[in-house]
Amino acid sequence: MAASGGEVADDPILDAVVAVAASAKVTVTTAGPVQVVVEVGREDYPALVEAARAGGFETFIDLCAVDHLAREPRFDVVVNLLSTQHTRRLLIKVGVPNEDPSLPSISMVYPGANFYERETWDMFGIVFDGHPDLTRLLMPDEWDGHPLRKDYRIGSVPVEFKATR
Amino acid sequence: MAGEVDNPSFFLTTLQKGVNWTRTKSMWPATFGLACCAIEMMATGAAHNDMARFGMEVFRASPRQADLMIVAGRVSQKMAPVLRQVYDQMAEPKWVISMGACASTGGMFNNYALVQGVDQIVPVDVYVPGCPPGPQSLLHGILTLHQGIMSGEIQRSTGVV
Amino acid sequence: MSDNTRDSETEGLEGKQASEGRSHGAEERRRVHDLWVAGTEEPDWVATATDEGAQEMLPRELDPGLAAQRGVTVVDDYGEATGLRDDELQILNMGPQHPATHGVLRLQLELDGETILRSKPIIGYLHTGMEKTAETLSYMQGGTNVTRMDYLSPFHNELCFSLAVEQLLDVDIPPRAQAIRILMTELNRVASHLIWLATFGLDIGALSMMLYGWRERESVLDFFEKVTGLRMNHNYIRPGGVAADLPDGWETDVEGILDVVRTGLGDYEAMLNENPIFVDRTQGVGIITPAEAQAYGVTGVNARATGLDYDVRKAFPYSGIEQYEFDVPVGQHGDTFDRYLLRMEEIRQSLRIAEQVIETMPPGDYRATDRKVTPPPRQRIDESMEALIHHFKIFTSGFDVPAGEVYQAVESPRGELGMYLVSKGGPKPWRLHVRAPSFATVQALPVMMSGQLIADVIATLASVDPVLGDVDR
Repeated sequence: MAASGGEVADDPILDAVVAVAASAKVTVTTAGPVQVVVEVGREDYPALVEAARAGGFETFIDLCAVDHLAREPRFDVVVNLLSTQHTRRLLIKVGVPNEDPSLPSISMVYPGANFYERETWDMFGIVFDGHPDLTRLLMPDEWDGHPLRKDYRIGSVPVEFKATR
Repeated sequence: MAGEVDNPSFFLTTLQKGVNWTRTKSMWPATFGLACCAIEMMATGAAHNDMARFGMEVFRASPRQADLMIVAGRVSQKMAPVLRQVYDQMAEPKWVISMGACASTGGMFNNYALVQGVDQIVPVDVYVPGCPPGPQSLLHGILTLHQGIMSGEIQRSTGVV
Repeated sequence: MSDNTRDSETEGLEGKQASEGRSHGAEERRRVHDLWVAGTEEPDWVATATDEGAQEMLPRELDPGLAAQRGVTVVDDYGEATGLRDDELQILNMGPQHPATHGVLRLQLELDGETILRSKPIIGYLHTGMEKTAETLSYMQGGTNVTRMDYLSPFHNELCFSLAVEQLLDVDIPPRAQAIRILMTELNRVASHLIWLATFGLDIGALSMMLYGWRERESVLDFFEKVTGLRMNHNYIRPGGVAADLPDGWETDVEGILDVVRTGLGDYEAMLNENPIFVDRTQGVGIITPAEAQAYGVTGVNARATGLDYDVRKAFPYSGIEQYEFDVPVGQHGDTFDRYLLRMEEIRQSLRIAEQVIETMPPGDYRATDRKVTPPPRQRIDESMEALIHHFKIFTSGFDVPAGEVYQAVESPRGELGMYLVSKGGPKPWRLHVRAPSFATVQALPVMMSGQLIADVIATLASVDPVLGDVDR
């Protein structure tokens, strides 16, 4: 999305959403103005999500995290919302530091975020404060570690052939 | 009795053969689909390939009634205990076919999530290669199992790995 | 489960961070536990004696937002009206090994007699770590990974991945390659819906559908095998185009499929649409409202059955699908019967697109001419050393993709399939997240199921067409 960059000029739908968050930074993606990325600080994140829902982005599409490892903040959580009435997408990106990997849960705003937040907790160890049931989703409950973190080994087993034994 | 029959094994071996024959001719598989291979397993049971030709069209929903477990697909760490339990629930004699690369070796997914070969959990009689194996491959695997049982090559008495 | 698979220790990365991350895990778990029990020693709402945390149902007294989310509002009134005590309820575990769960989905059902009060889907039994594996495979190899996710629509996975990579690469795909992609994905939609019809029929007792659905699907699969060499998991659509041109006489094959499937569809509808048993078992069963569908991220047929008019092919067209004429059927009741009708109509529309592709297939190359992503033609390898080296390099080390992020969606048979790809340069993706349509659908199952009878669980579950490979990845 950084590929084309650029500012969005005069976008009433988006302006109404972004107005609630002082820290919001808007960029357009290679897909054009139908797919807009808003980077936002942690403090403004819940307000922005609520404003997005009120502003017409009624469909919850996706929530995932990216582990940048060496970068500060280490994680990005990316929320993907869709407005079917305006036929456009909104990607909300919020940085999460390694020292305190937590974010307010948005599963009360979008119930669909429930499983996605559980998956993100499971895979990245990001805690979603206020989530009703933040347990492991994909891995067994007693699993140790968060597999999709970059410092978690892929866990491959060396391949052995009978002839070499 | 022993004095009257010179060669007692004559009668016994034919009985064994008869038993083996009956075992191969109505070997009911358990409905145990996991991933992509399960689709091909279902295709094997469907009209074109028709497992009913081998007396195997009845996929039993309950492991108690099944003789054969076809492990069709990748086995995750979370699924492994379940798989073992299903195997333990099956009544003797029972056989296991490991269908496809993932079930046999972990396939292309050599990572934290998958059991690298279902033979770490249950004893496997026949491995079917492919990703996924087509219905013909699976049928070949099944016939190989039948042959092994008929010839006495594959015998199963305990569920110990 | 050996130690090295569990080890979160770093490999060539800073050890400090790794150890921090690990110790943090334990702390976080405690925090989560705090959320659960809210200050009390023993959670007093545990409905059944189990040893696994995730088996527990949520407490019955929930705040309104969560209650709506879990579909508890309706049934709690019912429970109070009939004076139900907790000991009259029972928890039933359905799956992960169950013939009607379409794989390894596990449902925890709270029952009062035969009525479902609440349900909780438990997933992860087919978790394959594909998102992690994707980080170790080059963009050239990535297709083999993603194609195995949603194993009923492998072409859609490949297409989505390829489109995402191509967006970052900024390469132009020749029209013929785009048309081939559309042809294959739409035929794949037909095959997928046919399997759905077969298994759906099987689950609700229309056993003949099982045989017919698979029979018709074989005709599509024969064509796939002819084109790609494999019946499933093709890795045919690749970044830059497709792996090979269509074989000679493909038009005849596709026309054959059109004939067979269309004839079959007529038969099935004659058997099912007016069939009183089928209608009784499907109408008014598994209802979800448009607002619920949107809030849960339910897309595809399951959302359109509620009356939402959202199809990625129309809203965000990809691979030149906007050139073809097709309709997006929309239902109104959001129940199982509407989902059935819609899928049948979608098969027709996909066949219509395939028919147009036959008429308008453009000549030209089947992959991009950009040398960066395209291996040299086979005969060039015999003639030129450079071509051989190029071929070797592209398949061993792959090609570099510029840094960037992209979200790309396609309309898979199950809904919006999206891939969020993060590249930091180099031949391998930094992160590939898959927005799986079945994942959202499974999450919304409690809403559809609450208040129904247990037999309807089977019908509802089968009708939303979850693919567990897609859910768990």
